[in-house]
Amino acid sequence: MSEGPAAGGQASSAPLMGHASEPTLFELSQPGRRSWQLRTTGIPEWGIEDLVPAEHRRVAPVALAEVSERDLVGHFTRLSHRQYSVDLGAYPLGSCTMKYNPKVCDAVAALPGLARVHPAAPAELCQGWLALLVELDAVLCAVTGMAACTLQPAAGAAGELTGLLLMRAYHEARGERRTRVVIPDSAHGTNPASVALGGFEVTTVPSDERGCVDMAALLGVLGPDVAGIMLTNPNTLGLFEEEIVEMAGAVHEVGGLLYYDGANLNAILGVVRPGDMGFDIVHMNLHKTFATPHGGGGPGAGPVAVSSRLADFLPGPRPVRRTPSGGGTPVAPGSVTSGTAPGEYGWSWPAHSIGRVHSWHGNALVLARALAYISVHGGDGLRRVAERAVLNANWLRVRLAGVLDVAYDRPCMHEVVFSAAGLKKRTGASALDVGKALLGEGFHSPTVYFPLVTDEALMVEPTETESLQTLEALARACERIVAAAEGGEDLHAQPTSTPVGRVDEAQAARSLVATFDARPEEPRE
Amino acid sequence: MADYLPHTDEELASMLDFLGLASLDDLFSAVPAAVRLAGGLDLPEGRPEPDVLAHMEALGEANAARADRLVCFAGAGAYDHEVPEVVRALAGRSEFVTSYTPYQAEVAQGVLQAVFEYQTMVARLAGLPVANASLYDGASALAEAVHLGVAATGRPEVWVSAGVHPHWRAVLATLAAGAGYQVVEVPLADGRTRWPQGSVTGSPGVVVAAYPNYLGCLEDVGALGPLAAAHGAVLVVAADPVAAGILRSPGEWGADVVVGEGQAFGTPLGFGGPYLGLFACAAAHVRRLPGRLVGETVDTSGRTAYVTTLRAREQDIRREKATSNVCTNQTLMAVTAAVQLGWLGTTGLAEVALRCARGTRYARQELLAIDGITPLTGDTPVVRELAVRTPVPARVVVDRLAEHGYLAGVALDQLVGEDGDPSVSAADAAHGLLVAVTERRTRQEIDGLVAALDKAVRR
Repeated sequence: MSEGPAAGGQASSAPLMGHASEPTLFELSQPGRRSWQLRTTGIPEWGIEDLVPAEHRRVAPVALAEVSERDLVGHFTRLSHRQYSVDLGAYPLGSCTMKYNPKVCDAVAALPGLARVHPAAPAELCQGWLALLVELDAVLCAVTGMAACTLQPAAGAAGELTGLLLMRAYHEARGERRTRVVIPDSAHGTNPASVALGGFEVTTVPSDERGCVDMAALLGVLGPDVAGIMLTNPNTLGLFEEEIVEMAGAVHEVGGLLYYDGANLNAILGVVRPGDMGFDIVHMNLHKTFATPHGGGGPGAGPVAVSSRLADFLPGPRPVRRTPSGGGTPVAPGSVTSGTAPGEYGWSWPAHSIGRVHSWHGNALVLARALAYISVHGGDGLRRVAERAVLNANWLRVRLAGVLDVAYDRPCMHEVVFSAAGLKKRTGASALDVGKALLGEGFHSPTVYFPLVTDEALMVEPTETESLQTLEALARACERIVAAAEGGEDLHAQPTSTPVGRVDEAQAARSLVATFDARPEEPRE
Repeated sequence: MADYLPHTDEELASMLDFLGLASLDDLFSAVPAAVRLAGGLDLPEGRPEPDVLAHMEALGEANAARADRLVCFAGAGAYDHEVPEVVRALAGRSEFVTSYTPYQAEVAQGVLQAVFEYQTMVARLAGLPVANASLYDGASALAEAVHLGVAATGRPEVWVSAGVHPHWRAVLATLAAGAGYQVVEVPLADGRTRWPQGSVTGSPGVVVAAYPNYLGCLEDVGALGPLAAAHGAVLVVAADPVAAGILRSPGEWGADVVVGEGQAFGTPLGFGGPYLGLFACAAAHVRRLPGRLVGETVDTSGRTAYVTTLRAREQDIRREKATSNVCTNQTLMAVTAAVQLGWLGTTGLAEVALRCARGTRYARQELLAIDGITPLTGDTPVVRELAVRTPVPARVVVDRLAEHGYLAGVALDQLVGEDGDPSVSAADAAHGLLVAVTERRTRQEIDGLVAALDKAVRR
């Protein structure tokens, strides 16, 4: 293979990341300084005592920092230099799909025609937004093979809870009270947490020796009290559940529904659709699959698409292309244009809606970014995304096979789970140590200690946007780290080239300092 | 065929060869043939970026209500505040925009410290000691506060003032169906909640009020602490964070949890999202706090460092016993709020709040001078926004004023439905107009709105 310069390597070394500690904004404050400038209004300058009754009036102003604009810019710019990001280097964080986020989507989200529209504007005055949402709804249905969609959920977990409430409403409408939801032991933690909030009990099924749901165990727990099953496919081990059709049949047989956790949708775009596998409810993480950036922890967007029998229960109101009778009509992807007829788009409440799940219409500007991303790729481009994502993961799986243990030694999908159990036994270096050492090598760490079913898990998801040269650089970094451990180096000291070394998490939890005001009197060194 | 994929044809061939595969299709041999998509996705072909951007621009042109075309007097939880270029520039830095949740603290000090500063600002606004790293929006923050309150008291009865934003109450109702809570909405009269007096049936575990409420009114806050205390209930207050610049902190008058919508701090209207759920609570509830929390600590060399903490509350560790299912939150909006509040500072926040109150007073005075327009909430003091009755249906007013260059406000029936709700009667819902005046609105704009409204209601 070619060995060009490795774009993703060495990103955490000086001077690319800031090493000097940055004081808090409160410490930079000098009373009397200010940045703010507000427009001249000409409105009478009544005093506070004329406007707010005494019993409601604040005595002292809210203490915030007082800094110049120049200091403000310096502070947050220096903070940004202490932050790793996709734009800086490779981010093989399993289950998070940290692919490159196209800049054109930033431009879309900044368009005044989209960014400056009030969410309570009458439908007639926001036809462009409604058209955009209707088109995205249709596109997401096409991608997942479902009939209808809600764009309201603000993140994956919100989508999960929405899906579980849909499940509940569906069964209740049929006069059934089902109490249990089945979840594999490899599932994301949000799944059981959402099940509990949805008012169901969790029944866990184990994985078999091949890393997939144990079919016999699944059949053993299914019954008339099962509301449904939540599955990620490919699962969190990066493996495709090959018996999905049989599983779907078994769950449907007892009257349950299948929920698709879309965290790993990137692996199957244009290859297979959840609807065709038998799923009834699908949530998508637009911030993963469709590259709307993750913003350091959010915002995301977690639309939920459903099969036709669940469409009437969706949250409302839904954006629709209006029919003369006032209802909505199906829209084909790509058929939405901006030359809309007056009143062509509007809002509609599904007949048996579970209600609202968001203050307004969902994370709209995130939705616009996702539509832009999908529009650039098209159906063919999305298929290429999945192909390259799976190709990259498998290439790393084989490339690193002799370096780290592969948890399940068979072809994977978009991510591969390694285990540092053997390394730890031989050298004492754990999965955490390997991840931390990778930070020192200039890469973001893989996801560590997840999924829980793998001992000392290192979950690597390279994504499709990393080049072969970057993958090779990542592999070599892993080789160096393992060789260092085998050679007796103590990886507990890693990383040393990052803005800070390993942080004392125990102290953070033991003596909680969650605000500047909670800082102890004596300064730390 | 435009995309963002780096693989050359030669590299594809060599990688497949390395894997011993003949084609890219072979990567998917684990997918049962019966369910594999034969003809590809039913989507249009990909289009180059400039074409897509042009399409999006055209969609934007079809939004007549955009705030750069219609002067925005709409509020109801989403406001047209000043967002200076410096905030856009800093919050738009790609290190903040394109990073993931700060799981690896050694390379995430930027986001972690910014969130720590944000938590400090929100806690000070609320008058409470702890704030989390954000939730999705005001409605989700309210729902999480109710979860906390029910968990803390073990009582699933929830009394909610009808002065809480109607959409937030709607979201709470949706989620209460799953969690099994009994939500009792307490009606308003003249814009103030009429809490049950004396011996009443019911034993709320949570009491929820809004300050100011969604009609802009200042509730009788002196009664709220004793009411919650009498029932041993957790008092949740949905507070407007801008008005908080001139109002007493809810934490001062007894709130256990303060939630709010933080969009006002640097986030554009954006058709309703992404916004920012503010959440602060008393120290007693910190171990039930939903979502992420950043704490200060040290690294191995003793240098100050930040890390997500009290992680044992969270879903990835506690699973079905977690305090909340929240994972992804709205960190970028929290960072944006920290920058905006840094820009405003102590004097700027108070000034913005004061200017909003002045504008609201001026608009009220001028609007009520129009024959046929009456206050919808009597003499109850208002800040932030105001509700008036219009002689023609408010939806008609909004439509007519759009022709004159104004988004005049929000028709109440659009928020509460045509049948009204415990906050307003059906008649007031149809004729109620909610008008918000931010610090960006000038006297000339208000005078223009009033003149156009005067004509519109006579037409």
